[in-house]
Amino acid sequence: MNAFPSTSRQPAALFDRTLLRGAVRDAVIKLNPAAQWRNPVMFTVWLCAALISVLWLQALAGQGEAPAGFIGANAAWLWFTVLFANFAEALAEGRSKAQAASLRSLQSRGNARKLRAGDDTGWDSVDLTTLRVGDRVRVEAGDLVPCDGEVIEGAASVDESAITGESAPVIREAGGDFSSVTGGTRVLSDCIVVRCTVNPGDSFLDRMIAMVEGARRRRTPNEIALTLLLVSLTLAFLMATATLLPFSLFAVEAGGQGSAVTVTALVALLVCLIPTTIGGLLSAIGVAGMSRMLAANVIATSGRAVEAAGDVDVLLLDKTGTITLGNRQAAAFLPAPGVSERELADAAQLASLADETPEGRSIVVLAKQQFALRERQLLSHDATFVPFTAQTRMSGVNWAGRQIRKGAAEAVRRHVEALGGGFSPELQRIVDDAARRGSTPLVVADGAQVLGVVELKDIVKGGIRERFGELRRMGIRTVMITGDNRLTAAAIAAEAGVDDVLAEATPEAKLALIRRYQAEGRMVAMTGDGTNDAPALAQADVAVAMNSGTQAAKEAGNMVDLDSNPTKLIEVVEIGKQMLMTRGALTTFSLSNDVAKYFAILPAAFAATYPQLGALNVMQLASGESAILSAVIFNALIIVALIPLALRGVRYRPLGAAALLRRNGLVYGLGGLLLPFAGIKLIDLALTALHLA
Amino acid sequence: MTTQMWMLLATFVLAVWLIAVPLGRVLALLVERAPQPLAGVERRLLRACGVSGAEQDWRGYAGALLLFNLAGALFLYALQQLQPVLPLNPQHFAAPTWDSALNTAVSFVTNTNWQGYAGETTMSHLTQMLGLTVQNFLSAATGIAVAFALMRGFARSAAAGIGNFWVDVVRITLWLLLPLSVLLALAFAAQGVIQNLSPDLTVALLEPLHTDAGVVGSQTLAMGPVASQEAIKMLGTNGGGFMNANSAHPFENPTAWTNVLQMLAIFAIPAGLCMAFGRVVGDRRQGWALLAAMTVLFVAAVAVILTQEQAGNPHFAALGVDQAASALQAGGNMEGKEVRFGIAASALFAAVTTAASCGAVNAMHASLMPLSGGVALLLMQLGEVVFGGVGSGLYGMLLFALLAVFVAGLMTGRTPEYLGKKISPAEMKPVVIAILVTPLLVLLGTAIAVGSEAGRAGLLNAGAAGFTEVLYAFSSAANNNGSAFAGLSANTPFYNCALALAMALGRFAVIVPVLALAGTLAGRIRATRAATDSVSAALPTHGPMFVVLLVLTVLLVGALTYLPALALGPLVEHINLIR
Repeated sequence: MNAFPSTSRQPAALFDRTLLRGAVRDAVIKLNPAAQWRNPVMFTVWLCAALISVLWLQALAGQGEAPAGFIGANAAWLWFTVLFANFAEALAEGRSKAQAASLRSLQSRGNARKLRAGDDTGWDSVDLTTLRVGDRVRVEAGDLVPCDGEVIEGAASVDESAITGESAPVIREAGGDFSSVTGGTRVLSDCIVVRCTVNPGDSFLDRMIAMVEGARRRRTPNEIALTLLLVSLTLAFLMATATLLPFSLFAVEAGGQGSAVTVTALVALLVCLIPTTIGGLLSAIGVAGMSRMLAANVIATSGRAVEAAGDVDVLLLDKTGTITLGNRQAAAFLPAPGVSERELADAAQLASLADETPEGRSIVVLAKQQFALRERQLLSHDATFVPFTAQTRMSGVNWAGRQIRKGAAEAVRRHVEALGGGFSPELQRIVDDAARRGSTPLVVADGAQVLGVVELKDIVKGGIRERFGELRRMGIRTVMITGDNRLTAAAIAAEAGVDDVLAEATPEAKLALIRRYQAEGRMVAMTGDGTNDAPALAQADVAVAMNSGTQAAKEAGNMVDLDSNPTKLIEVVEIGKQMLMTRGALTTFSLSNDVAKYFAILPAAFAATYPQLGALNVMQLASGESAILSAVIFNALIIVALIPLALRGVRYRPLGAAALLRRNGLVYGLGGLLLPFAGIKLIDLALTALHLA
Repeated sequence: MTTQMWMLLATFVLAVWLIAVPLGRVLALLVERAPQPLAGVERRLLRACGVSGAEQDWRGYAGALLLFNLAGALFLYALQQLQPVLPLNPQHFAAPTWDSALNTAVSFVTNTNWQGYAGETTMSHLTQMLGLTVQNFLSAATGIAVAFALMRGFARSAAAGIGNFWVDVVRITLWLLLPLSVLLALAFAAQGVIQNLSPDLTVALLEPLHTDAGVVGSQTLAMGPVASQEAIKMLGTNGGGFMNANSAHPFENPTAWTNVLQMLAIFAIPAGLCMAFGRVVGDRRQGWALLAAMTVLFVAAVAVILTQEQAGNPHFAALGVDQAASALQAGGNMEGKEVRFGIAASALFAAVTTAASCGAVNAMHASLMPLSGGVALLLMQLGEVVFGGVGSGLYGMLLFALLAVFVAGLMTGRTPEYLGKKISPAEMKPVVIAILVTPLLVLLGTAIAVGSEAGRAGLLNAGAAGFTEVLYAFSSAANNNGSAFAGLSANTPFYNCALALAMALGRFAVIVPVLALAGTLAGRIRATRAATDSVSAALPTHGPMFVVLLVLTVLLVGALTYLPALALGPLVEHINLIR
């Protein structure tokens, strides 16, 4: 639903040529056991490959347990298995690095105008890397902002497109919620004084780059839990295969015939059984998840935050800007008894012609749409505009002897009563009804006569109701946060289709609400931009700060949305879920694969000990050697085949947990069970046809 | 399978469920507090022992449990060694060898009840009553206590404690095991199970036996307090028989009625604990889901064993032996079975005793058809979670439930959670350790035994059958089942020590991680989902889909770990037989 104008951070096409070349090189470099150690499953494969290679050398020397060609082929494919896993990781990292490089090109170089301490005008030109927290710098039109900081003096329009991809410049000014500037953005006009809030190397941009490059990528809790499972499975399979050697020696000795199983066959069995598919792709999935987040223009401060996004149970959404368009708009003219709707519209338009507020503009537009009333040039007719003041709380126009006023019901009532008029009961009812609908009633009067009411409505964003419906199907609760009174809030909530409402919200009430949900064991996500949002952002499990927001908000959140689009939260949740789903799907796939591999390797490995076990050769594989080799090759190739899935992620659908499980369970569980039977058989046919085994 | 078999199986399963529901209610009650006036008695008793009964964290709970069981083992060892000088030893039995005594002590303390000795010719009445029977109670209570602790872990939210071990053991023994055992023992005695303190009886045979060595005119009948031990042997899924022939012996299991009662007694508490779990966590469907998964696995196993046994031995068929079931004979493979039970009741018993970690036998498992033996083996190797031992069945199944939810939960795009508790690395660690321990013990133990002279010395059969004997022994010991495949002469220092180690680790190296898990879970906030949430964000764990998932997880983990070993034993035998 968002356009991402900045193309630089879109991940490169899945198989970009330069990236591929880099990934191939990195895959070889990663063969270093020190790099493999981090991934226990692949490290096991590495050890197995090394062991078989030694056996191959031994066979070449004429003392092999099996033909050297067979052992050599197995060794080669085991090395390929490691390489393919390395390649997947390298490719994911390469794509991230390309994104990071585009960010790094933004990093400001050169000098900054550093203001002298205790002097508001004198400045020195210093290397910007020497800037420290608290230093004040002067940034003039055309300059790059040298550091993340806060505007303490002046106002300027700033081009933040490098960070946000948004081409329209934004205003940054001292004080208030728009005082924060980001290093690397460019001041287009005017001149501001900025106080640095971070040291070089800690800036927002630096953290983004570090995050993307994976330099500080640590395993997320979920990844650790999954790794624990994978390691224990590896151990179990190691036991199951290693003990087969004494078992088979015993069988040979007790039976007095045949020969024991070969180490090559056992190692092949082990590598096929241990979860190499998920083990090899696990880190690629994590890197790709971060990368997808970045492509959505969201910077997460940790992989943990991305993962937490998938677990969110409750979304807290600000009404204004997220659920409704920023401003109220005129929706209907409700005339008083004895007044025609057209008369009311005409008067209301006249009263609003000089009103440049969005509400005022919307009245003019509505009158034009409904009654084809044109905007009139009133200046020529000697009109006097009455601007809105805090005392009168009305605005309007004096024209051609008429005194047209519009304003809040109470203000207009006082005004007409002073002139000898009054509200009829019918009018009061119209006013009350409009308020109950969640609208703001604006009363229009001409002199002492009340003409009627203009109904100003919050406009719920298009499509948002459907979006909340999706969230509900995913089991996520939406809560609207608003400062409005309960009546108005409830009406808008019903229109937007949120599950719950926090009306008359204060920062304290927001914080208390988050704590209450968390005490029930729920994960809470929210967005925020103001400094008063910071405590709630810090408390929430997933806190997306708007890039346009204050530094305090950005520090408190664990993600920053560069587009400053509050609806982005929904996308963030989806990306988090997608990452977890991909892990789960590939784990299931990996485990279901094992069944077919047993059927391929067991009869082949024990052909010499118990030829009876040939009954298990349901795939009718040509020979023992081709059976083992086919399983090993399938095991290696499946990693490559699944790289696109790992990088792109399992397709996300807004369904309930049970429906998702049924779907993914069938595709990856049942599919994982059946696919290798076909795959191994095909490879076996190919090997036989090529006389390779 | 004959119609009679289906009827027997269906009636049996239904009876188990009918017992489980009310029993689960009682058990759930006991998890939190004993009802008055029992609570008063309990409190006074504990105070007299100097126990405050304050909540323990998992370390405290585990410490108390280990201490208690260690003391039990030492006592049992001493009792066996001292039996020649102690009273109630009418046959004047000597003390067993040190390794046999050690094995027996560990065996009864760990609820395994593997017996390398022959009961009626080794143990005095005092040892049987004060040692073995007492441990039958206490090991069962220990298992149930651990299940209680884990239930509390799931049910509690942000709590530090998981209960008090001393309170749990006293409560379970006094208010659950003792009353049920008294009732059951009386029922057994009424059916003819013996209960006395007499020395062996020598009786004249009605028809003297003519052998090569001459005419044998009399027979020695072992006597003793059997009924009282028999009741807790079944209820506590212990399985250690008073007699060597175990429940095949007419004095232990005389009639079809006692046979059915014994089978029901084995499943009663494991099934009841499932129901109790549902109640304690506040959603009875959760308990039904676990029970359903256990039932599915059980029925599948019974179906294989029944079919295989009734089909008979193809070698006999080749010789023209009539193995068909008829009004006059049970037919099928009757080798090693009691005529008074026939095929159906023997096969069902074999499945029940290996599914639950009981280990009592009413037929010789070595004489089962290869595939039946393989299924019996697999039932144990699955980790004794198909009903399983008292307490251990439930906590074992819950480990698999967590594993199933973990992988499946990921597929739904959330950090997996079970009953509102998130599964993080802190939970995953004890789960994988507890699941990994027994395969490690079984496979390594078997490898060492078949690879060593001492191990091979005890084998009766060569080849695949011999291998199955050893695999069965270690599967039975490490999973605390205790049934023997026969054929293996296990009363040697090697097997006594190796199996004792397997039993001890198979019990306590699982219990300690389970308690750690209970402690971690208790400390977590339990997410409460409003009933108004029409769609659950978390994976529902009470429907048929979860049952299927759980069954598949148990099978996948068990099968993938043991398939190679099973292929080299029962599978090879089976193929040899049908060729």
